[in-house]
Amino acid sequence: MAVDKATVARIAALARIKVTEGEQELLAGELSKLLDWIEQLAEVNTDGVEPMASVVHIKPPMRADVVNDGEIRDKLLANAPQDARGFFVVPKVVE
Amino acid sequence: MTALTDLSLAEARDGLAAKKFSALELAQAHVAAVEGARPLNAYLVETPEQALDGAAISDARIARNEARPLEGLPLAIKDLFCTLDVPTTAGSKILEGFRPPYESTVTAQLWRDGATMLGKVNLDEFAMGSANITSAYGHVENPWRRQGDNRPLVPGGSSGGSAAAVAARAALAATATDTGGSIRQPASFCGLVGLKPTYGRCSRWGVVAFASSLDQAGPMTRTVRDAAIMLTSMSGHDPKDSTSAAIPVPDFEKALTGDIKGLRVGIPREYRLDGMPDEIEKLWERGIDWLKDAGAVPVDVSLAMTKYALPVYYIIAPAEASSNLARYDGVRFGLRVPGETLDEMYENTRAQGFGPEVRRRILIGTYVLSAGYYDAYYLKAQKVRNLIAQDFDAAFKNCDVLLTPTAPSPAFAIGEKSDDPIAMYLNDVFTVTVNLAGLPGISVPAGLSKDGLPLGLQIIGRAFDEETVLRAGHAIERAANFTARPQFIAGEA
Repeated sequence: MAVDKATVARIAALARIKVTEGEQELLAGELSKLLDWIEQLAEVNTDGVEPMASVVHIKPPMRADVVNDGEIRDKLLANAPQDARGFFVVPKVVE
Repeated sequence: MTALTDLSLAEARDGLAAKKFSALELAQAHVAAVEGARPLNAYLVETPEQALDGAAISDARIARNEARPLEGLPLAIKDLFCTLDVPTTAGSKILEGFRPPYESTVTAQLWRDGATMLGKVNLDEFAMGSANITSAYGHVENPWRRQGDNRPLVPGGSSGGSAAAVAARAALAATATDTGGSIRQPASFCGLVGLKPTYGRCSRWGVVAFASSLDQAGPMTRTVRDAAIMLTSMSGHDPKDSTSAAIPVPDFEKALTGDIKGLRVGIPREYRLDGMPDEIEKLWERGIDWLKDAGAVPVDVSLAMTKYALPVYYIIAPAEASSNLARYDGVRFGLRVPGETLDEMYENTRAQGFGPEVRRRILIGTYVLSAGYYDAYYLKAQKVRNLIAQDFDAAFKNCDVLLTPTAPSPAFAIGEKSDDPIAMYLNDVFTVTVNLAGLPGISVPAGLSKDGLPLGLQIIGRAFDEETVLRAGHAIERAANFTARPQFIAGEA
């Protein structure tokens, strides 16, 4: 199996998704099956082939480094689960 | 007289211009149809007041001879497009309660041109799915049923709500998005026209991101002409999307000349899959004959990398998704599930907020991008993606468009295929290559299966040559003369 429970736990931590012991087993099986299927790419000869990140061949455009959509703090905070005095509130991160 | 909800978008536009009915009458008929379509679970949010208020403005403009291109035409909007102050969920619990403080570019352009909104329509969670069964707000039912079998069928996905609403005559047309087939496959399953434009043709700004190098917005309509009309309004350069193409937008409706004489139509031999149902094979043959009869020339072409497109897609799309979906952290919008620490809050929020398919894809994406696996999976997939794109470049040296089936089967029952993710992924085997290469593709209803379900044929074109794609799709549409209707029509008992 390509992915074991420990690997599931490691990538779940990287992805910041809580996965219980019981789910680890199930996900290890599912992810292994997918990766086994994906493995068929190994048979393609890609020597000297450039990786393709985008189909867009134009150079990304530049723009001036200025605020062009500002002054909407309260509108943005209106969607926040918790806010106070114009800031987003998160659990304490500094002792 | 034909029911107002049964008109095509073009017929409704022309009827309004000729003052055969008012925009208010058109809106009222559609608002009632949206209510009538509730058993399908296609609409997540209904916005009758927007349709009715818009209609009053439209009637005034029509009276002053100031009608805009989509004046007074009521549409359904896939709930992946951010709409100002109207809830936008992406089919996920994690965006429950989110009201965007801005409007997506594509929908803003539709409203600029006079269209109005009937509501937001259901989809697979974050557009990840091929059956519209991963939505956190319940599955969508296909308005079609098999002959002699009353089991509810899936509408396809991810734009299943768009397809169900348009097929059931509960919208004149809808917006949709396509990352691996999410416009074309549901169009095929619901007897509709679905157009995925060239990557860069429509702005992605304000569309909830799934896989940014593949995502593209497009129309879901009942006719090819309607797709052309919608595309003209949806397209255009947008400085807010750095991948949006700065090229002129033609009037796509003018491309429908009916003349495809001499058009070279590539038939990719690798699309003949082992075990493909006979009826799909036969439909494809019929499509070739139709185009030949209209003066086109079939050409045998090879797309040798086709079989690798799905594995490439299931590396690249989850990798991009794992990055895009990092923003759902319980801090700025949507769901928050408390935790003792910041990390625990993130982990609890994302565990409860994302459904199983989205979680699975984020984990796969995180894995293929993680240290030690990046070269073997992600880089390898990007290289094979290049080979897939080169296949198309080579094929288009010998032909102008390609003709293929849209999907390897008609719509299936809710519950079928859902326990094996890979079987589900195979739905997109004929559509996903187009996203990887960034090309335009259209699905046009071409016939019925032996069970009486719609089947589509796909035309694929060169980048930014939607005009030829539409022209060829129009020829298929005229030859197929698809007049079958779904069993469920909104408002008909």
